[in-house]
Amino acid sequence: MTSTLASVTFKGLRCKECGHEYGAGARHVCEDVCFGPLEVVYDYDAIRARTTRASIEAGPVSIWRYRDFLPIEGDPIDVGTGFTPLLKANRLARRLGIKNLYIKNDGVNMPTLSFKDRVVSVALTRARELGFSTVSCASTGNLANSTAAIAAHAGMDCCVFIPADLEAGKILGTLIYNPTLMAVKGNYDQVNRLCCEVANTYGWGFVNINLRPYYSEGSKTLGYEVIEQLGWQLPDHIVAPLASGSLFTKISKGFDEFIKVGLVDEKKVRFSGAQAEGCSPIAQAFAEGRDFITPVKPNTIAKSIAIGNPADGPYAIDLANRTGGSIAAVTDDEIIAGIQLLAETEGVFTETAGGTTIAVLKKLVEQGKIDPSETTVAYITGNGLKTTEAVSAVVGEPHTIEPQLASFNAAWERAQSLQRATWESVGV
Amino acid sequence: MAVQVLIPTPLQKFTADQATVELEASSVQELIEALDTAFPGLGNRLCDEQGKLRRFLNFYVNSEDIRFLDNQTTALSAGDEVSIVPAVAGG
Repeated sequence: MTSTLASVTFKGLRCKECGHEYGAGARHVCEDVCFGPLEVVYDYDAIRARTTRASIEAGPVSIWRYRDFLPIEGDPIDVGTGFTPLLKANRLARRLGIKNLYIKNDGVNMPTLSFKDRVVSVALTRARELGFSTVSCASTGNLANSTAAIAAHAGMDCCVFIPADLEAGKILGTLIYNPTLMAVKGNYDQVNRLCCEVANTYGWGFVNINLRPYYSEGSKTLGYEVIEQLGWQLPDHIVAPLASGSLFTKISKGFDEFIKVGLVDEKKVRFSGAQAEGCSPIAQAFAEGRDFITPVKPNTIAKSIAIGNPADGPYAIDLANRTGGSIAAVTDDEIIAGIQLLAETEGVFTETAGGTTIAVLKKLVEQGKIDPSETTVAYITGNGLKTTEAVSAVVGEPHTIEPQLASFNAAWERAQSLQRATWESVGV
Repeated sequence: MAVQVLIPTPLQKFTADQATVELEASSVQELIEALDTAFPGLGNRLCDEQGKLRRFLNFYVNSEDIRFLDNQTTALSAGDEVSIVPAVAGG
Protein backbone atom coordinates (compact mmCIF):
# COMPACT_ATOMS: atom_id res chain seq x y z
CA MET A 1 0.00 0.00 0.00
CA THR A 2 1.30 3.41 -0.96
CA SER A 3 -0.57 5.35 1.68
CA THR A 4 1.07 7.78 3.99
CA LEU A 5 -0.55 9.19 7.10
CA ALA A 6 -0.55 12.61 5.52
CA SER A 7 -2.74 11.43 2.64
CA VAL A 8 -5.54 10.24 4.93
CA THR A 9 -8.21 12.87 5.48
CA PHE A 10 -10.75 10.79 7.38
CA LYS A 11 -10.63 9.78 11.01
CA GLY A 12 -13.22 7.10 11.62
CA LEU A 13 -16.95 6.50 11.74
CA ARG A 14 -19.68 8.19 13.75
CA CYS A 15 -23.36 7.40 14.30
CA LYS A 16 -25.57 9.88 12.49
CA GLU A 17 -28.21 9.52 15.21
CA CYS A 18 -26.42 9.42 18.58
CA GLY A 19 -22.87 10.50 17.73
CA HIS A 20 -21.17 7.37 19.11
CA GLU A 21 -17.75 6.91 17.46
CA TYR A 22 -16.13 3.85 15.91
CA GLY A 23 -12.88 3.02 14.11
CA ALA A 24 -12.70 3.02 10.33
CA GLY A 25 -13.47 -0.70 9.90
CA ALA A 26 -16.14 -2.67 8.02
CA ARG A 27 -19.29 -1.80 9.96
CA HIS A 28 -22.38 0.14 9.06
CA VAL A 29 -24.64 0.47 12.08
CA CYS A 30 -24.23 1.87 15.56
CA GLU A 31 -23.96 -1.54 17.11
CA ASP A 32 -23.00 -0.35 20.61
CA VAL A 33 -25.99 1.96 21.09
CA CYS A 34 -28.88 2.69 18.72
CA PHE A 35 -28.37 0.93 15.34
CA GLY A 36 -28.40 4.26 13.54
CA PRO A 37 -26.35 4.52 10.32
CA LEU A 38 -22.61 5.27 10.58
CA GLU A 39 -20.96 8.07 8.63
CA VAL A 40 -17.34 8.81 7.86
CA VAL A 41 -15.73 11.57 9.94
CA TYR A 42 -13.28 13.84 8.11
CA ASP A 43 -10.60 16.26 9.17
CA TYR A 44 -11.95 19.30 7.31
CA ASP A 45 -9.07 21.52 8.47
CA ALA A 46 -6.65 19.16 6.73
CA ILE A 47 -8.83 19.11 3.60
CA ARG A 48 -9.12 22.91 3.57
CA ALA A 49 -5.36 23.27 3.92
CA ARG A 50 -4.56 21.14 0.89
CA THR A 51 -7.47 21.73 -1.51
CA THR A 52 -8.06 24.61 -3.90
CA ARG A 53 -10.13 24.99 -7.05
CA ALA A 54 -6.88 24.82 -9.00
CA SER A 55 -5.69 21.64 -7.30
CA ILE A 56 -9.00 19.95 -8.08
CA GLU A 57 -8.99 21.16 -11.70
CA ALA A 58 -5.47 19.74 -12.10
CA GLY A 59 -6.62 16.29 -10.93
CA PRO A 60 -7.76 13.29 -12.96
CA VAL A 61 -10.93 13.54 -15.08
CA SER A 62 -12.80 11.23 -12.73
CA ILE A 63 -14.23 11.21 -9.21
CA TRP A 64 -10.67 10.89 -7.94
CA ARG A 65 -10.04 14.61 -8.51
CA TYR A 66 -12.01 14.83 -5.22
CA ARG A 67 -9.92 12.18 -3.51
CA ASP A 68 -9.35 14.31 -0.40
CA PHE A 69 -13.11 14.21 0.24
CA LEU A 70 -13.36 10.43 -0.11
CA PRO A 71 -12.68 7.79 2.59
CA ILE A 72 -9.70 5.90 1.22
CA GLU A 73 -6.10 5.63 2.40
CA GLY A 74 -4.05 4.53 -0.60
CA ASP A 75 -4.28 4.44 -4.38
CA PRO A 76 -7.83 4.35 -5.73
CA ILE A 77 -9.28 1.84 -8.15
CA ASP A 78 -9.68 4.32 -11.01
CA VAL A 79 -11.80 3.02 -13.87
CA GLY A 80 -12.55 6.50 -15.18
CA THR A 81 -15.70 6.86 -13.11
CA GLY A 82 -17.31 10.28 -12.91
CA PHE A 83 -17.00 13.71 -14.44
CA THR A 84 -20.01 12.97 -16.65
CA PRO A 85 -21.56 15.72 -18.82
CA LEU A 86 -23.68 18.52 -17.38
CA LEU A 87 -25.91 19.45 -20.32
CA LYS A 88 -27.67 22.78 -20.65
CA ALA A 89 -31.11 21.44 -21.56
CA ASN A 90 -32.62 24.33 -23.51
CA ARG A 91 -35.12 22.37 -25.57
CA LEU A 92 -36.48 20.45 -22.59
CA ALA A 93 -36.60 23.67 -20.57
CA ARG A 94 -38.61 25.40 -23.29
CA ARG A 95 -41.01 22.47 -23.49
CA LEU A 96 -41.55 22.62 -19.73
CA GLY A 97 -41.72 26.41 -19.56
CA ILE A 98 -38.59 27.11 -17.52
CA LYS A 99 -35.34 28.87 -18.39
CA ASN A 100 -32.24 27.46 -16.69
CA LEU A 101 -32.32 23.69 -16.75
CA TYR A 102 -29.33 21.34 -16.68
CA ILE A 103 -29.17 17.56 -17.00
CA LYS A 104 -26.42 15.79 -15.08
CA ASN A 105 -26.07 12.72 -17.25
CA ASP A 106 -24.76 9.73 -15.30
CA GLY A 107 -26.35 7.47 -17.89
CA VAL A 108 -22.92 7.68 -19.55
CA ASN A 109 -20.90 7.09 -16.41
CA MET A 110 -18.04 4.61 -16.67
CA PRO A 111 -17.74 1.67 -16.70
CA THR A 112 -21.38 0.51 -16.42
CA LEU A 113 -23.52 3.53 -17.34
CA SER A 114 -25.05 4.45 -14.00
CA PHE A 115 -24.18 6.57 -10.96
CA LYS A 116 -23.45 3.33 -9.09
CA ASP A 117 -19.95 3.31 -10.57
CA ARG A 118 -19.17 6.22 -8.25
CA VAL A 119 -20.14 4.45 -5.05
CA VAL A 120 -18.65 1.12 -6.09
CA SER A 121 -15.29 2.67 -7.05
CA VAL A 122 -15.04 4.02 -3.52
CA ALA A 123 -16.42 0.88 -1.83
CA LEU A 124 -14.09 -1.55 -3.61
CA THR A 125 -11.06 0.65 -3.03
CA ARG A 126 -11.89 0.62 0.67
CA ALA A 127 -12.74 -3.11 0.59
CA ARG A 128 -9.27 -3.85 -0.73
CA GLU A 129 -7.72 -1.69 1.98
CA LEU A 130 -9.70 -3.52 4.65
CA GLY A 131 -8.43 -6.87 3.34
CA PHE A 132 -11.54 -8.28 1.64
CA SER A 133 -10.91 -10.60 -1.31
CA THR A 134 -14.61 -11.25 -2.06
CA VAL A 135 -17.07 -8.42 -2.62
CA SER A 136 -20.83 -8.60 -2.83
CA CYS A 137 -24.03 -6.55 -2.89
CA ALA A 138 -27.81 -6.63 -2.85
CA SER A 139 -28.94 -4.87 -5.98
CA THR A 140 -31.88 -3.70 -8.07
CA GLY A 141 -29.63 -4.11 -11.13
CA ASN A 142 -27.33 -1.14 -11.62
CA LEU A 143 -25.33 -1.84 -8.49
CA ALA A 144 -24.88 -5.48 -9.56
CA ASN A 145 -23.55 -4.34 -12.96
CA SER A 146 -21.12 -1.97 -11.34
CA THR A 147 -19.89 -4.23 -8.55
CA ALA A 148 -19.28 -7.11 -10.99
CA ALA A 149 -17.44 -4.89 -13.49
CA ILE A 150 -15.18 -3.04 -11.08
CA ALA A 151 -14.45 -6.27 -9.14
CA ALA A 152 -13.36 -7.81 -12.44
CA HIS A 153 -11.06 -4.85 -13.10
CA ALA A 154 -9.59 -5.03 -9.60
CA GLY A 155 -9.23 -8.83 -9.69
CA MET A 156 -11.55 -9.43 -6.73
CA ASP A 157 -13.96 -12.35 -6.32
CA CYS A 158 -17.58 -11.29 -6.63
CA CYS A 159 -20.96 -12.72 -5.65
CA VAL A 160 -24.00 -10.50 -6.18
CA PHE A 161 -27.69 -10.84 -5.33
CA ILE A 162 -30.62 -9.46 -7.36
CA PRO A 163 -34.40 -9.94 -7.44
CA ALA A 164 -35.09 -12.69 -10.04
CA ASP A 165 -37.53 -10.54 -12.09
CA LEU A 166 -35.05 -7.87 -13.23
CA GLU A 167 -34.78 -6.55 -16.79
CA ALA A 168 -32.80 -8.80 -19.17
CA GLY A 169 -30.23 -6.07 -19.86
CA LYS A 170 -29.37 -5.76 -16.20
CA ILE A 171 -28.95 -9.51 -15.78
CA LEU A 172 -26.79 -9.89 -18.90
CA GLY A 173 -24.92 -6.73 -17.94
CA THR A 174 -23.88 -8.44 -14.73
CA LEU A 175 -23.23 -11.97 -16.02
CA ILE A 176 -20.82 -10.77 -18.68
CA TYR A 177 -18.23 -9.97 -15.98
CA ASN A 178 -18.54 -13.58 -14.73
CA PRO A 179 -19.36 -13.06 -11.05
CA THR A 180 -21.48 -15.56 -9.13
CA LEU A 181 -24.99 -14.12 -9.63
CA MET A 182 -27.79 -15.10 -7.25
CA ALA A 183 -31.27 -14.32 -8.64
CA VAL A 184 -33.49 -14.36 -5.57
CA LYS A 185 -37.20 -15.16 -5.92
CA GLY A 186 -38.40 -12.10 -4.07
CA ASN A 187 -38.37 -8.29 -4.12
CA TYR A 188 -35.37 -6.08 -3.37
CA ASP A 189 -36.20 -5.74 0.30
CA GLN A 190 -36.20 -9.52 0.65
CA VAL A 191 -32.90 -9.72 -1.22
CA ASN A 192 -31.46 -7.14 1.13
CA ARG A 193 -32.60 -9.02 4.21
CA LEU A 194 -31.06 -12.23 2.89
CA CYS A 195 -27.80 -10.41 2.21
CA CYS A 196 -27.69 -9.10 5.78
CA GLU A 197 -27.92 -12.69 6.96
CA VAL A 198 -25.23 -13.77 4.48
CA ALA A 199 -23.05 -10.87 5.62
CA ASN A 200 -23.41 -12.17 9.16
CA THR A 201 -21.96 -15.55 8.29
CA TYR A 202 -19.62 -15.05 5.30
CA GLY A 203 -16.63 -12.78 5.64
CA TRP A 204 -17.41 -10.77 2.52
CA GLY A 205 -17.37 -7.07 1.84
CA PHE A 206 -20.96 -6.12 0.97
CA VAL A 207 -20.74 -2.72 -0.65
CA ASN A 208 -24.18 -1.61 0.55
CA ILE A 209 -24.04 -3.33 3.95
CA ASN A 210 -20.81 -3.51 5.93
CA LEU A 211 -19.01 -1.13 3.53
CA ARG A 212 -21.97 1.25 3.30
CA PRO A 213 -20.39 4.21 5.15
CA TYR A 214 -17.60 4.29 2.52
CA TYR A 215 -19.79 3.30 -0.43
CA SER A 216 -22.38 6.01 0.10
CA GLU A 217 -19.72 8.73 0.20
CA GLY A 218 -19.12 8.16 -3.51
CA SER A 219 -22.45 9.86 -4.28
CA LYS A 220 -21.11 13.17 -2.93
CA THR A 221 -19.12 13.51 -6.14
CA LEU A 222 -22.42 14.17 -7.98
CA GLY A 223 -22.62 17.32 -5.86
CA TYR A 224 -18.99 18.38 -6.35
CA GLU A 225 -19.10 17.93 -10.12
CA VAL A 226 -22.23 20.03 -10.58
CA ILE A 227 -20.64 22.86 -8.59
CA GLU A 228 -17.47 22.69 -10.66
CA GLN A 229 -19.34 22.36 -13.98
CA LEU A 230 -21.56 25.35 -13.17
CA GLY A 231 -18.36 27.41 -12.91
CA TRP A 232 -17.88 26.91 -9.16
CA GLN A 233 -21.44 27.83 -8.25
CA LEU A 234 -24.28 26.08 -6.54
CA PRO A 235 -27.56 25.55 -8.41
CA ASP A 236 -30.84 26.87 -6.96
CA HIS A 237 -32.79 23.64 -7.13
CA ILE A 238 -32.02 19.98 -7.78
CA VAL A 239 -34.33 17.10 -8.66
CA ALA A 240 -33.11 13.54 -8.10
CA PRO A 241 -34.66 10.07 -7.90
CA LEU A 242 -35.29 8.52 -4.49
CA ALA A 243 -34.76 4.81 -3.88
CA SER A 244 -33.14 4.33 -0.47
CA GLY A 245 -32.72 8.12 -0.20
CA SER A 246 -28.94 7.87 0.10
CA LEU A 247 -27.98 9.59 -3.18
CA PHE A 248 -30.26 12.54 -2.40
CA THR A 249 -28.74 13.20 1.01
CA LYS A 250 -25.18 12.71 -0.21
CA ILE A 251 -25.56 15.31 -3.00
CA SER A 252 -26.50 17.70 -0.21
CA LYS A 253 -23.49 16.61 1.84
CA GLY A 254 -21.26 17.26 -1.18
CA PHE A 255 -22.62 20.80 -1.52
CA ASP A 256 -22.21 21.44 2.22
CA GLU A 257 -18.62 20.20 2.27
CA PHE A 258 -17.55 22.49 -0.59
CA ILE A 259 -19.11 25.41 1.31
CA LYS A 260 -17.41 24.31 4.53
CA VAL A 261 -13.90 24.25 3.04
CA GLY A 262 -14.42 27.49 1.13
CA LEU A 263 -14.54 26.15 -2.43
CA VAL A 264 -17.94 27.69 -3.18
CA ASP A 265 -20.05 30.54 -1.78
CA GLU A 266 -22.89 29.53 0.49
CA LYS A 267 -26.35 29.51 -1.03
CA LYS A 268 -29.60 27.79 -0.19
CA VAL A 269 -30.33 24.94 -2.61
CA ARG A 270 -33.79 23.39 -2.77
CA PHE A 271 -33.90 19.57 -2.89
CA SER A 272 -36.77 17.82 -4.63
CA GLY A 273 -37.12 14.04 -4.89
CA ALA A 274 -38.80 11.74 -7.41
CA GLN A 275 -40.50 8.40 -6.82
CA ALA A 276 -42.67 6.03 -8.84
CA GLU A 277 -46.23 5.75 -7.53
CA GLY A 278 -45.88 1.97 -7.42
CA CYS A 279 -43.13 2.35 -4.83
CA SER A 280 -43.44 5.71 -3.11
CA PRO A 281 -43.06 5.28 0.65
CA ILE A 282 -41.01 8.49 0.92
CA ALA A 283 -43.40 10.58 -1.21
CA GLN A 284 -46.37 9.24 0.78
CA ALA A 285 -44.74 10.13 4.11
CA PHE A 286 -43.82 13.59 2.75
CA ALA A 287 -47.38 14.22 1.54
CA GLU A 288 -48.82 13.19 4.90
CA GLY A 289 -46.32 15.27 6.88
CA ARG A 290 -44.82 12.21 8.55
CA ASP A 291 -41.13 11.95 9.52
CA PHE A 292 -41.18 8.14 9.52
CA ILE A 293 -41.55 5.66 6.67
CA THR A 294 -44.25 3.03 6.37
CA PRO A 295 -42.76 0.31 4.13
CA VAL A 296 -44.58 -0.71 0.93
CA LYS A 297 -44.40 -3.63 -1.50
CA PRO A 298 -43.07 -2.34 -4.83
CA ASN A 299 -45.09 -2.62 -8.03
CA THR A 300 -43.62 -0.39 -10.75
CA ILE A 301 -41.62 -0.56 -13.96
CA ALA A 302 -39.03 1.66 -12.26
CA LYS A 303 -37.28 -1.36 -10.77
CA SER A 304 -33.96 0.35 -10.14
CA ILE A 305 -35.63 2.60 -7.56
CA ALA A 306 -38.12 0.04 -6.23
CA ILE A 307 -37.09 -0.05 -2.59
CA GLY A 308 -40.11 -0.49 -0.33
CA ASN A 309 -38.25 0.03 2.93
CA PRO A 310 -35.83 2.90 2.26
CA ALA A 311 -33.18 3.20 4.95
CA ASP A 312 -32.42 6.89 4.38
CA GLY A 313 -36.06 7.86 3.82
CA PRO A 314 -36.40 9.93 7.02
CA TYR A 315 -33.28 11.93 6.10
CA ALA A 316 -34.61 12.56 2.58
CA ILE A 317 -37.89 13.91 3.97
CA ASP A 318 -36.03 16.13 6.40
CA LEU A 319 -33.81 17.49 3.59
CA ALA A 320 -36.75 18.32 1.31
CA ASN A 321 -38.59 20.02 4.18
CA ARG A 322 -35.55 21.96 5.39
CA THR A 323 -34.68 23.33 1.95
CA GLY A 324 -38.18 24.16 0.73
CA GLY A 325 -38.14 21.34 -1.80
CA SER A 326 -40.77 18.77 -2.58
CA ILE A 327 -41.14 15.00 -3.01
CA ALA A 328 -43.58 13.73 -5.62
CA ALA A 329 -44.57 10.46 -7.28
CA VAL A 330 -45.60 9.73 -10.87
CA THR A 331 -47.35 6.83 -12.59
CA ASP A 332 -45.63 4.27 -14.82
CA ASP A 333 -47.22 5.92 -17.88
CA GLU A 334 -45.81 9.28 -16.85
CA ILE A 335 -42.40 7.63 -16.36
CA ILE A 336 -42.44 6.27 -19.91
CA ALA A 337 -43.51 9.69 -21.21
CA GLY A 338 -40.62 11.19 -19.21
CA ILE A 339 -38.11 8.86 -20.86
CA GLN A 340 -39.48 9.83 -24.29
CA LEU A 341 -39.53 13.54 -23.51
CA LEU A 342 -35.87 13.59 -22.43
CA ALA A 343 -34.81 11.55 -25.45
CA GLU A 344 -36.76 13.66 -27.97
CA THR A 345 -35.76 17.05 -26.58
CA GLU A 346 -32.17 16.44 -25.45
CA GLY A 347 -30.90 13.27 -27.10
CA VAL A 348 -30.45 11.53 -23.75
CA PHE A 349 -31.85 8.00 -23.40
CA THR A 350 -32.39 7.25 -19.75
CA GLU A 351 -33.78 4.28 -17.88
CA THR A 352 -36.95 4.24 -15.80
CA ALA A 353 -35.38 6.04 -12.83
CA GLY A 354 -34.47 8.94 -15.14
CA GLY A 355 -37.97 8.90 -16.62
CA THR A 356 -39.28 9.21 -13.06
CA THR A 357 -37.05 12.23 -12.43
CA ILE A 358 -38.11 13.99 -15.65
CA ALA A 359 -41.80 13.24 -15.03
CA VAL A 360 -41.56 14.65 -11.50
CA LEU A 361 -39.64 17.68 -12.80
CA LYS A 362 -42.52 18.30 -15.22
CA LYS A 363 -45.08 17.87 -12.47
CA LEU A 364 -43.29 20.27 -10.12
CA VAL A 365 -43.07 22.91 -12.87
CA GLU A 366 -46.79 22.52 -13.57
CA GLN A 367 -47.54 22.88 -9.86
CA GLY A 368 -45.47 26.07 -9.69
CA LYS A 369 -42.94 24.46 -7.37
CA ILE A 370 -39.99 25.32 -9.62
CA ASP A 371 -39.33 28.99 -10.28
CA PRO A 372 -38.90 29.33 -14.09
CA SER A 373 -35.77 31.46 -13.70
CA GLU A 374 -33.94 29.40 -11.07
CA THR A 375 -30.98 27.23 -12.04
CA THR A 376 -32.33 23.69 -11.80
CA VAL A 377 -30.32 20.48 -12.16
CA ALA A 378 -32.07 17.17 -12.86
CA TYR A 379 -29.96 14.12 -12.03
CA ILE A 380 -30.18 11.33 -14.60
CA THR A 381 -28.69 8.29 -12.90
CA GLY A 382 -28.90 5.46 -15.43
CA ASN A 383 -28.93 4.46 -19.10
CA GLY A 384 -32.02 3.56 -21.14
CA LEU A 385 -30.37 0.72 -23.02
CA LYS A 386 -30.57 -1.32 -19.81
CA THR A 387 -34.38 -1.12 -19.56
CA THR A 388 -35.54 -1.32 -23.16
CA GLU A 389 -38.56 -3.40 -22.04
CA ALA A 390 -40.05 -0.25 -20.54
CA VAL A 391 -40.31 1.61 -23.85
CA SER A 392 -40.32 -1.08 -26.53
CA ALA A 393 -44.11 -0.82 -26.93
CA VAL A 394 -44.14 2.96 -27.44
CA VAL A 395 -41.19 3.72 -29.73
CA GLY A 396 -42.89 2.54 -32.92
CA GLU A 397 -41.36 0.57 -35.78
CA PRO A 398 -38.87 1.46 -38.50
CA HIS A 399 -40.21 2.03 -42.03
CA THR A 400 -39.11 -1.08 -43.89
CA ILE A 401 -38.57 -0.27 -47.59
CA GLU A 402 -37.16 -1.69 -50.80
CA PRO A 403 -33.78 -0.38 -51.99
CA GLN A 404 -35.57 1.80 -54.59
CA LEU A 405 -36.31 5.51 -54.71
CA ALA A 406 -40.03 4.97 -55.35
CA SER A 407 -40.32 2.86 -52.24
CA PHE A 408 -38.54 5.52 -50.19
CA ASN A 409 -40.73 8.31 -51.66
CA ALA A 410 -43.90 6.49 -50.66
CA ALA A 411 -42.60 5.71 -47.17
CA TRP A 412 -41.37 9.30 -46.65
CA GLU A 413 -44.83 10.57 -47.58
CA ARG A 414 -46.41 8.28 -44.99
CA ALA A 415 -43.83 9.26 -42.37
CA GLN A 416 -44.48 12.98 -42.93
CA SER A 417 -48.21 12.63 -42.46
CA LEU A 418 -47.69 10.53 -39.32
CA GLN A 419 -45.39 13.21 -37.93
CA ARG A 420 -47.90 15.98 -38.69
CA ALA A 421 -50.51 14.06 -36.73
CA THR A 422 -48.11 13.77 -33.78
CA TRP A 423 -47.27 17.50 -33.84
CA GLU A 424 -50.95 18.37 -33.79
CA SER A 425 -51.50 16.24 -30.72
CA VAL A 426 -48.41 17.53 -28.83
CA GLY A 427 -48.50 21.19 -29.80
CA VAL A 428 -44.80 22.08 -29.68
CA MET B 1 -44.26 -22.48 21.46
CA ALA B 2 -40.57 -22.33 20.64
CA VAL B 3 -39.62 -19.86 17.90
CA GLN B 4 -36.29 -19.54 16.19
CA VAL B 5 -34.58 -16.15 16.24
CA LEU B 6 -31.79 -15.10 13.87
CA ILE B 7 -29.43 -12.76 15.70
CA PRO B 8 -27.41 -10.25 13.61
CA THR B 9 -23.65 -10.16 14.15
CA PRO B 10 -23.62 -6.91 16.18
CA LEU B 11 -25.93 -8.49 18.78
CA GLN B 12 -24.21 -11.85 19.01
CA LYS B 13 -21.98 -10.59 21.81
CA PHE B 14 -25.12 -10.82 23.99
CA THR B 15 -25.89 -14.37 22.88
CA ALA B 16 -22.44 -15.90 23.45
CA ASP B 17 -21.80 -15.72 19.69
CA GLN B 18 -24.88 -17.78 18.82
CA ALA B 19 -26.35 -16.73 15.45
CA THR B 20 -29.62 -18.56 16.16
CA VAL B 21 -31.45 -18.94 19.45
CA GLU B 22 -34.70 -20.70 20.40
CA LEU B 23 -37.16 -19.14 22.81
CA GLU B 24 -40.75 -19.47 23.96
CA ALA B 25 -43.00 -16.56 22.97
CA SER B 26 -46.49 -16.02 21.59
CA SER B 27 -45.94 -12.49 20.27
CA VAL B 28 -43.08 -10.26 19.14
CA GLN B 29 -43.43 -8.23 22.34
CA GLU B 30 -43.15 -11.39 24.45
CA LEU B 31 -40.17 -12.45 22.39
CA ILE B 32 -38.37 -9.16 23.09
CA GLU B 33 -38.98 -9.70 26.81
CA ALA B 34 -37.84 -13.31 26.60
CA LEU B 35 -34.68 -12.25 24.76
CA ASP B 36 -33.91 -9.72 27.49
CA THR B 37 -34.46 -12.31 30.23
CA ALA B 38 -32.26 -14.89 28.50
CA PHE B 39 -29.62 -12.38 27.47
CA PRO B 40 -29.64 -9.45 29.92
CA GLY B 41 -29.07 -6.08 28.22
CA LEU B 42 -30.33 -7.17 24.82
CA GLY B 43 -33.77 -5.56 25.37
CA ASN B 44 -32.22 -2.11 25.68
CA ARG B 45 -30.49 -2.59 22.40
CA LEU B 46 -33.66 -3.60 20.57
CA CYS B 47 -35.95 -0.95 22.05
CA ASP B 48 -35.62 2.73 22.91
CA GLU B 49 -36.38 4.28 26.30
CA GLN B 50 -40.13 4.22 25.55
CA GLY B 51 -40.01 0.48 24.88
CA LYS B 52 -40.56 0.96 21.14
CA LEU B 53 -38.48 -1.02 18.68
CA ARG B 54 -35.63 1.13 17.40
CA ARG B 55 -36.47 2.68 14.05
CA PHE B 56 -33.30 1.44 12.36
CA LEU B 57 -34.02 -2.20 13.26
CA ASN B 58 -36.26 -4.41 11.14
CA PHE B 59 -38.08 -7.47 12.49
CA TYR B 60 -39.31 -10.17 10.14
CA VAL B 61 -41.58 -13.10 11.00
CA ASN B 62 -41.18 -15.87 8.42
CA SER B 63 -39.66 -13.29 6.05
CA GLU B 64 -42.53 -10.79 6.45
CA ASP B 65 -41.73 -7.35 7.88
CA ILE B 66 -43.75 -6.96 11.10
CA ARG B 67 -44.82 -3.50 9.90
CA PHE B 68 -46.98 -5.37 7.37
CA LEU B 69 -48.30 -7.51 10.24
CA ASP B 70 -49.19 -6.18 13.71
CA ASN B 71 -45.87 -4.61 14.67
CA GLN B 72 -44.87 -5.52 18.23
CA THR B 73 -48.18 -7.31 18.89
CA THR B 74 -47.67 -9.68 15.93
CA ALA B 75 -48.59 -13.20 17.08
CA LEU B 76 -46.02 -16.00 16.94
CA SER B 77 -46.55 -19.74 16.78
CA ALA B 78 -44.28 -22.71 17.31
CA GLY B 79 -41.78 -23.13 14.52
CA ASP B 80 -41.89 -19.49 13.36
CA GLU B 81 -38.62 -17.92 12.32
CA VAL B 82 -37.96 -14.38 13.48
CA SER B 83 -35.16 -12.43 11.84
CA ILE B 84 -33.68 -9.25 13.30
CA VAL B 85 -31.96 -7.11 10.66
CA PRO B 86 -30.48 -3.61 10.93
CA ALA B 87 -31.68 -1.28 8.11
CA VAL B 88 -29.34 -0.94 5.13
CA ALA B 89 -29.14 1.36 2.14
CA GLY B 90 -29.71 0.01 -1.31
CA GLY B 91 -29.67 0.35 -5.03
